[in-house]
Amino acid sequence: MTVDRLLSRRLLFVAGKGGVGRTTVAAVLGLSAAGRGLRTIVAGVGGRDELPGLFGADPKRSGGGGERELIPGLSSIAIDPQAAMEEYLRDQLPIGPVADLLSSSRTFGYLAAATPGLRELLTVGKVWELAQPARRVPGGEPYDLVVVDGPATGYGVGLLAAPRTFANVARRGPISRHAATIHASLVDRRMTGVVGVSRPDEAAVNELLETGVRLRGDLGIELCGVIVNGVGRRRFAGRDRSRLRAALADHPEPAVGRALRLAVESDERERIERAEVGRLAEGVGEDPVVLPFVTEEIDLDALIALSELLEAGGSTGHRARGDRR
Amino acid sequence: MSSPGTGGVEADATGDLGRLLERRRICICVGPGGVGKTTTAAAIGLELAAGGRKVALITIDPARRLAGTLGLDELDNEPRLVDRRRLAAGGVDCRGELWAMMLDPKQTFDELVARLAPDARAREEVLGNRIYRELSSAVAGSQEFTAIAKLYELDREGEYEAIVLDTPPSRNALDFIQAPANLTNFLEGRALGALLAPTSLASRIVGRGTGAIFGILRRLTGIDLLGEVGDFFGALSGMLEGFGERAAGVAGLLRDPGTAVVLVSSAEGRPIDESIAFARELDRAGMRLTGVVVNRMHLDGGDASDPERVEAALAERLGGRLAGRVAANLRDFQVLAERDRAGAQRLGRELGDPPIVYVPGLGGEVDEIAGLARVGSYLFGAAAGGRG
Repeated sequence: MTVDRLLSRRLLFVAGKGGVGRTTVAAVLGLSAAGRGLRTIVAGVGGRDELPGLFGADPKRSGGGGERELIPGLSSIAIDPQAAMEEYLRDQLPIGPVADLLSSSRTFGYLAAATPGLRELLTVGKVWELAQPARRVPGGEPYDLVVVDGPATGYGVGLLAAPRTFANVARRGPISRHAATIHASLVDRRMTGVVGVSRPDEAAVNELLETGVRLRGDLGIELCGVIVNGVGRRRFAGRDRSRLRAALADHPEPAVGRALRLAVESDERERIERAEVGRLAEGVGEDPVVLPFVTEEIDLDALIALSELLEAGGSTGHRARGDRR
Repeated sequence: MSSPGTGGVEADATGDLGRLLERRRICICVGPGGVGKTTTAAAIGLELAAGGRKVALITIDPARRLAGTLGLDELDNEPRLVDRRRLAAGGVDCRGELWAMMLDPKQTFDELVARLAPDARAREEVLGNRIYRELSSAVAGSQEFTAIAKLYELDREGEYEAIVLDTPPSRNALDFIQAPANLTNFLEGRALGALLAPTSLASRIVGRGTGAIFGILRRLTGIDLLGEVGDFFGALSGMLEGFGERAAGVAGLLRDPGTAVVLVSSAEGRPIDESIAFARELDRAGMRLTGVVVNRMHLDGGDASDPERVEAALAERLGGRLAGRVAANLRDFQVLAERDRAGAQRLGRELGDPPIVYVPGLGGEVDEIAGLARVGSYLFGAAAGGRG
């Protein structure tokens, strides 16, 4: 996976299990894209709106239309299905007051809330609109790239499948037509990509592999890249294990014993993590980009460092090193 | 930075789930995604069963590894008994029974429809409707609803002395709490009813009857979509009362004094923020937290050791390079332990100091019964020499 290849699309979905760091990866991809001069926006869906906070911006204040520039060339938006629906109605209905009436009508609100999958359709529709070279929203400036900070895996696939579902159920009429257009964009690999994010643990790897299978089987979409987040740097070499264990068995004083026990556990964890990264690589048929475990809270500096690592092909923590400070 | 191990634990746990769950029939594990909810729920179920109760564990288990751990070929939508000998092989002397199931939202929904349908025709009409098929599978909310519907079902059957529910990862506690109400609103068909009734608010505003608004919608949606929605509500009409009763029962169950709500988090910044928001929503919804579990804590073990002294003490035995790595690993651990301590303190403070139980990260071990039992020993206060 090269970053250039990833960022050559207009629409990039970030998928993965809850807690694997999708938002961090979306922000890092956004930074890399903005660094190349691409006008980029990161779209949080399903109530996610964490990017402004990561960039140290006041999370409450929001710009016009929800789009908000965080640093030059990089914006964020929290997709709101209700607002997306109002936008859509205004775009579709020639008479403004009728659109206003509809969107403010409680009846219509009920229907919209009650129709299964409509929220997903409106969400993905808005994301698609952001990625259009000619925006449909009056006064909207086009973006070169939209990175979608998606919902956790299960709903992520549902999100991508929503347009096709509606195209099929509605069969004709504008919704069916628009949904079919959006679906065609989603399955066009030059236009849209899905990046899988995992952690080096069994649960996250299983879930990502399963997502890959579902995307391929249900929608014919291939993951265009895989990133493993939070991989501990390799500190201990193969033969260290027995030496550490031998020293531990040697009745060291308590303080030293504790440190040795921690070292043995870290060595064990490194092995598990490497095995999981390997299993993921085998499952997806390519080497994932590895991003390191970060102890500090993620802020702009940390994001920049991660984005530089991503550009360089990921963390190289696969050699044992001394790390003397 | 590497992610060091967890060390021998001297947990400063203040909670003991065993005591907190003593008189509870139901234990619901809630919390943000990726914090180990499934493992925590399984460990609670195992401990309760070991203590002598007949337990049903309802899990979501997206990674499908729990089935293997419990020695079941596959977890399906009906509870299966975990073999006592398998538990014994993992060092667990189980005096009760552990039954486990994995929630299948679609099947649970189908069963519900089958139970509530007045006759076979109505049942087939609903099950065959495309809107229904969409609703009952991947759509957000259906998993939350079916999880509590199943819980309600098992509780009413009265077969089990304790039911432990692992919930789907939602960002929003309200998704879960409101799932029954949202679904009832939907199923009661208020939307469509209001739309079609000549006296509806919308039609009065438009002033030209429902025809106008219906016409606009028809143009927008294509008539087939509306047709399907209409058929769906028509087919469901005979079951609405049953759904309504059920939703009311479920809502009551969530606030029942016999129901414990355990918030599961990890000590990292974002899960803590999400957990705090989660707890506030629960509070607003009138649900009281029974206790909090903080997973993957870097608990003690290294605090008392000075990295430089450790390095010096090991230099001769291990050589300078390896001794240096052991010391660097220790330093990393101390940073993480400090971070976790601060995070856990913040969580406790923000939640008004509920009982909190800390569980260290246990690596790959939780894939085995013995690993689950070890988690359980932290949860139930048996770890670290009975402290906490």
